[in-house]
Amino acid sequence: MRGNVRRSTWYLLLLTAAVLLGIGIAGAMLYDRAMVTDFARKNLPPGLPLLFGTDWMGRDMFARTLAGLSLSIRIGLLTAGVSAGLALILGVAAASVGGWVDSTLSWCMDLVLGIPHILLMMLLSLAFGKGFVGVVAAVSLSHWPSLARLLRGEVLQLRQAPYFRVAEHLGVSRLRMVRLHVLPHLLPQFLTALVLQFPHAILHEASITFLGFGLSAEQPAIGVILSESMGYLTTGRWWLALFPGLALVGVVVLFAQMGERLRRLLDPASVHE
Amino acid sequence: MSLEGKNLTFAYRCRSKELVLQGVNLTLEEGERLGLSGPSGRGKSTLCRLLAGYERPTGGQVLLDGAPLTHQRGRPSPVQLLWQNPELAVDPLLPLGRTLEEGGPVEERILERLYIQPEWKRRYPSELSGGELQRFCIARALGPATRFLLCDESTAMLDLVTQAQIWDFLLEEAQRRNLGLLVVSHSDTLLHRLCTRIQIL
Amino acid sequence: MEAILEVEHLSLSFTQYERGTRRRQVTAIRDLSLTVHAGEVAAVVGASGSGKSLLAHRILGLLPYNAAQEGTIRYEGELLTPARAQALRGRELVLVPQGVSWLDPLMKVGPQIRRGDRSPAARAQSAAALERYGLGRETEDLYPFELSGGMARRVLLACAVQEHPRLVVADEPTPGLDAAAARRILNHFRELAEGGAGVLFITHDLELALTVGHRVWVFYAGTTIEESAVEALAAGDGAHPYTRALWNALPQNGFTPLPGTQPGPGEVLPGCPFAPRCPYCRPICQTGALPPWREMAAGRVRCYGWEGGEGL
Repeated sequence: MRGNVRRSTWYLLLLTAAVLLGIGIAGAMLYDRAMVTDFARKNLPPGLPLLFGTDWMGRDMFARTLAGLSLSIRIGLLTAGVSAGLALILGVAAASVGGWVDSTLSWCMDLVLGIPHILLMMLLSLAFGKGFVGVVAAVSLSHWPSLARLLRGEVLQLRQAPYFRVAEHLGVSRLRMVRLHVLPHLLPQFLTALVLQFPHAILHEASITFLGFGLSAEQPAIGVILSESMGYLTTGRWWLALFPGLALVGVVVLFAQMGERLRRLLDPASVHE
Repeated sequence: MSLEGKNLTFAYRCRSKELVLQGVNLTLEEGERLGLSGPSGRGKSTLCRLLAGYERPTGGQVLLDGAPLTHQRGRPSPVQLLWQNPELAVDPLLPLGRTLEEGGPVEERILERLYIQPEWKRRYPSELSGGELQRFCIARALGPATRFLLCDESTAMLDLVTQAQIWDFLLEEAQRRNLGLLVVSHSDTLLHRLCTRIQIL
Repeated sequence: MEAILEVEHLSLSFTQYERGTRRRQVTAIRDLSLTVHAGEVAAVVGASGSGKSLLAHRILGLLPYNAAQEGTIRYEGELLTPARAQALRGRELVLVPQGVSWLDPLMKVGPQIRRGDRSPAARAQSAAALERYGLGRETEDLYPFELSGGMARRVLLACAVQEHPRLVVADEPTPGLDAAAARRILNHFRELAEGGAGVLFITHDLELALTVGHRVWVFYAGTTIEESAVEALAAGDGAHPYTRALWNALPQNGFTPLPGTQPGPGEVLPGCPFAPRCPYCRPICQTGALPPWREMAAGRVRCYGWEGGEGL
């Protein structure tokens, strides 16, 4: 017999939440330390007491990495939540109202999906004035259509299911239909998309910041750190990019794992695995 | 009260030449038990779906008390259909207790007569057998607004003891409430046993 | 007669999650025994939820990952492990499933019967198989959704017998068919048996089992309760009270309902699983072990009440 997968998933969930919370709190506490410049200790390689070394302005890379991660996590949570929520509302509305509402929303989805991703995010970020607001708006407004389209298809299929038709004939009202027969069926896709959207959002935040359309240069964000480190890599200061990069990958992998586990747990085909 | 199908014609695709039903007439009176028999592929199930308002006829009309049968959202339909496969007619993600109450609360008497065990209500459809699910579908379809019950091979997948049990209850209930029953079956012995009149499609 | 399939004291259980992280074992089949001989149609009769389909799936090695087994299944004298079943499946060991949902919806009937083999020999063979079941060449160019219920059953049958199987397992192959079409399908199963194969015919309908079977096994709540030659049952001489209840529930034989329901998987009661509904229930039936087999003239029965002769 296999081990109890549900229990280990539950532990992983707790671990992920603890890591998140830890980074969030540590990042907020280290924010000020991350901004301190001290030219007496510039360009130190990793060691003690400065674990990740320092950069060309003598800033503590450990503090900067944690602060950057915590900012990334906050942005990730916010954008994943906003875009998944948007997708749920618009997808369900398109499928259950139908008619011109469906046509309009489907047209919007096609439009957003039709523009190259990075380009769209850069434009949106610029339009919203860059910075924190710009990044959040750019990532959340460009990530809803694929999930919305998936949910719309799912609802359209549900509406044809015999049990759905039977419930209509039994006099279940439209709102109760959504609550009883639509939302429970969408929950697995929704939750999985929400969790998987999170690493995606972080990566995109880092990439548009790296390209200069995101957070401003003085903020300790992973994208900013990586972007700045590019100029010093060739001079042998590998630690400037390695540790922040690894930390970012670590958080993303943790979340992707979580999403995959969650999907397996919610999928009826593997629910007893 | 009566349920009437007038000159019903149906094709699955518009303009398709292959008609599933062509000019079928059928009348079901209150308190009557009409049997419908005929070889497979004659459109018996399609006729049931038309009469219950699940599908619109390509030609002809379905009349309830002389007025066209319309279904308003949020109101239970007086014509209820019992499907052949109860597995498809219940939401796989809802515990059966909630499925049961979809059409409003169900009388304790009905649950007892159908031997629906209280602990089944906490289970999900995948955990119960076809016979057990069909009992839930029947209880659910017998809301106070129901006047006609269309049974499309509803017991064809069930063992004989369960079949006898379910029909024993349905006949009694139909008599008590003066329901009109339409019974579709391949088994002529079953139809002769159950029905007051038999129509061949 | 040579035994093709011997199932002895088979029990199957599944590990399932309840709400949250607790797990439980659900026993779906317990202490089930049956034998299929060459040239014989062995009919299995039982209500839905009695474990009939599970048995079929186990024989073909189609059980899901959370199943556990006790007891043995032998095929031609050797143990039939899931791995061996997988190796034999589709050639010596075939399933005739319940409905069209087992056909690939995007593949035409012809290639599906031939399993992608494009040689002229395979073409001739598939055409012959279709013809044998009264289907014309044109059927090969149809997609599964274009088949009527009766045609679909015959296509499934044609798929199954393509390679001269030794054991055919048919899981409810006739519901939804009118009497004439069902009779034709049943005859095909008899033909297969006459050709030397063993047929395990699974159904919920006692009447069908009596028309097609040579021997009948009655299932109740995951176990075999009676095994009998078909003649005895067809005369209404079932020995087990449940077999009699099935007989009496036939529309032409009184249509008598029996109160109560079959215990579901996981509800293992002491004694006989039928005891709560049995009109002849005695104290031992509700406290003892699963009743032992008792030999009778026409077969055997698992009932404390049966004493030989009239019994009960």
